[in-house]
Amino acid sequence: MSSQTAEKAQASTAAPYKRVVRSLGTGAPVYALLVILLVALASTDPGFYEPDRFLAFVKRAAPLVILAAGQYLVIVCGEFDLSVGAIVTAGVVAAAEVYGSFPDAPWPLITAGLLLAGAATGLVSGLITTRLKVPSFITTLGMMLILEGAVFFWTGGSPHGQLAEGFRQMGRGTAMGWLPWAVLACLVAGLVAVLLMRSDFGRTLIATGDSERAAALAGVRVHRARVIAFVLSGAAAALAAVLVGGFSGVSAQAGRGYEFEAITAVVLGGVVLGGGRGSVVAAMAGAFSLQALFTLLNLQGVSGALESTVQGVIVIAAVGLGAADWSRLRRRRIHSSGGRPS
Amino acid sequence: MSGTTGTTGTTVAPPPAVKTRAPSRSRLTDPAVGVWLAAAGVTALGWIVVAARGGDFLTLSNVVGILQNCVALGLVAVGQTAVILTGSLDLSVAYLISLGTLVAATTMEDGSVVTAVLAVLALSAAVGLANGLIVTGLKVNAFIATLGTAFILRGWIEDNYTGPAGKVPASFQHLGYDRMGPIPVSLFLLAAVAAAMWLITRRTRFGHHLYATGGDEHAARLSGVRTRRTIIAAHVLCSLCVGAAALFLASRLGAGAPWAGTEARYDLESIAAVVLGGTVLAGGRGGVAGTLGGVLVLAVLDSVFNQLGVDPFFKNVVRGIVIIAAVAIYARRGSRRSA
Repeated sequence: MSSQTAEKAQASTAAPYKRVVRSLGTGAPVYALLVILLVALASTDPGFYEPDRFLAFVKRAAPLVILAAGQYLVIVCGEFDLSVGAIVTAGVVAAAEVYGSFPDAPWPLITAGLLLAGAATGLVSGLITTRLKVPSFITTLGMMLILEGAVFFWTGGSPHGQLAEGFRQMGRGTAMGWLPWAVLACLVAGLVAVLLMRSDFGRTLIATGDSERAAALAGVRVHRARVIAFVLSGAAAALAAVLVGGFSGVSAQAGRGYEFEAITAVVLGGVVLGGGRGSVVAAMAGAFSLQALFTLLNLQGVSGALESTVQGVIVIAAVGLGAADWSRLRRRRIHSSGGRPS
Repeated sequence: MSGTTGTTGTTVAPPPAVKTRAPSRSRLTDPAVGVWLAAAGVTALGWIVVAARGGDFLTLSNVVGILQNCVALGLVAVGQTAVILTGSLDLSVAYLISLGTLVAATTMEDGSVVTAVLAVLALSAAVGLANGLIVTGLKVNAFIATLGTAFILRGWIEDNYTGPAGKVPASFQHLGYDRMGPIPVSLFLLAAVAAAMWLITRRTRFGHHLYATGGDEHAARLSGVRTRRTIIAAHVLCSLCVGAAALFLASRLGAGAPWAGTEARYDLESIAAVVLGGTVLAGGRGGVAGTLGGVLVLAVLDSVFNQLGVDPFFKNVVRGIVIIAAVAIYARRGSRRSA
């Protein structure tokens, strides 16, 4: 009786710590990395945490965070989406071309159209991947070639047209005078992603990535789950395109490289390529870490050239640390503490 | 059964029995055969279309041009095949090519050609070794590991070179421009590298280990294959092929160029060519013969579009569709066989 209560008491004191660790899960390294980077930013630039500057940082990170959330959905069910960068480029260019012909088009209409087009692209990728059984690496690589080719073909190499000011507000404007719309969009997208992953759909998605066969036997409509993931990733990429178009304007290079950055961010968040493991919050934290890293390197005056070298080293190191087998170390610690896991 | 025939028969009965089984399964349904048929089909189709426009597709100079265009992508894709067979992947090839051309050209400018070739191959081997060690030692997924290496190489290039650098002496440019009869010398380079890789993958123990590792790494390790070494060696082989491609491009360009590998997107194009050739991305199935067919299909398509004066950007659209469609056809065949 007394020993039981003692045990209970001990469990309750250990519980919060354990619960925190467990909820961090595979994402623990990325949260540590993010904290380190944010502290480093604060020490190199004391003004970094003034509200408007910090919000500007979040605003710049927003497209990547949204892309990472979309990419997470695809990766966690065991696929890839390499076409997101091309979707961003195509979205920006398409919006500019449409505004070129219809300068008075209302921005909500264009934004909705872009989101729909992004979702449709994802739908095509998803259907090709699931129905025609083409590996998603190839499907989305082909989609990337098609979209990039189409954009250049359409515009002859240099997009014309300008984005209307109303449309650009999403990327550069602020709500209530202080909160950038991009930050709001980022928060909403993140919230939607978290709620989605807590819903039944999220669980089926993870189950699909973990073991397609087991999920199918348990009654999951595996194909449908994957197609929906691709659709959401396409829509997320279109949303990112709206933000990118808003703050950096029209360019045929607008989304170049974003696909690899998004995948890097997701993997940095401890999400396993191949699916079935990792949390969406950690994936978004991965995106923030990447952006914090870029900002820090900028502040440190590291030349743009070396920036990518540092990025490469950190990504390999972080993923390597996350993948390392700590079990031996942990076992040793268990033995030293008298068989009780600490 | 085959064992008893082997002991009773005086001739070498069992090996042929084993050998005949593999080809009999791989007639038309084998992607490696299919992609060569597809290449022939695309050539025929291109010939008809170009002829209908009043052009002549199958001229000697055009055919030679197509083959010449195969060389760079072919070298990279042959290397990529080895890595993909083990179930790994190499996304660092594009930047390695760029760096290779720069190192080759700058070394040749004030040194000998031999040192330059050795330097490029040593650099390639080192990068391949690093890739392999990161993948196997740190257990980083190959996609991220080689992407990370690509970023590191990119930083190195952008930090040290602002534009084209170095100069390739005329003696080395023979590799890119000379011909033996009608056949470009560089084609022999591709043929030699591809033949070597074919021999390695199909006729050596290491080659069988490549397939075994890609097919099921766990099973391979349990049956005594040193899978880590195999993967590392595959990465080194791949990077050496990429080094050869860099040397070829340096001789072709006459200088080193930071955009030599990235402009043509050799990373993704080579993977596309490998998959087009019927090698499975997950590893364990496929081979060099199919890859060469895949490269040829892409080169013929390119040439047909050039002859027809199609917008170069539109080519990418068709290229994407062709890649997806080809892989979809393989996938359908594969599923039908298993069903």
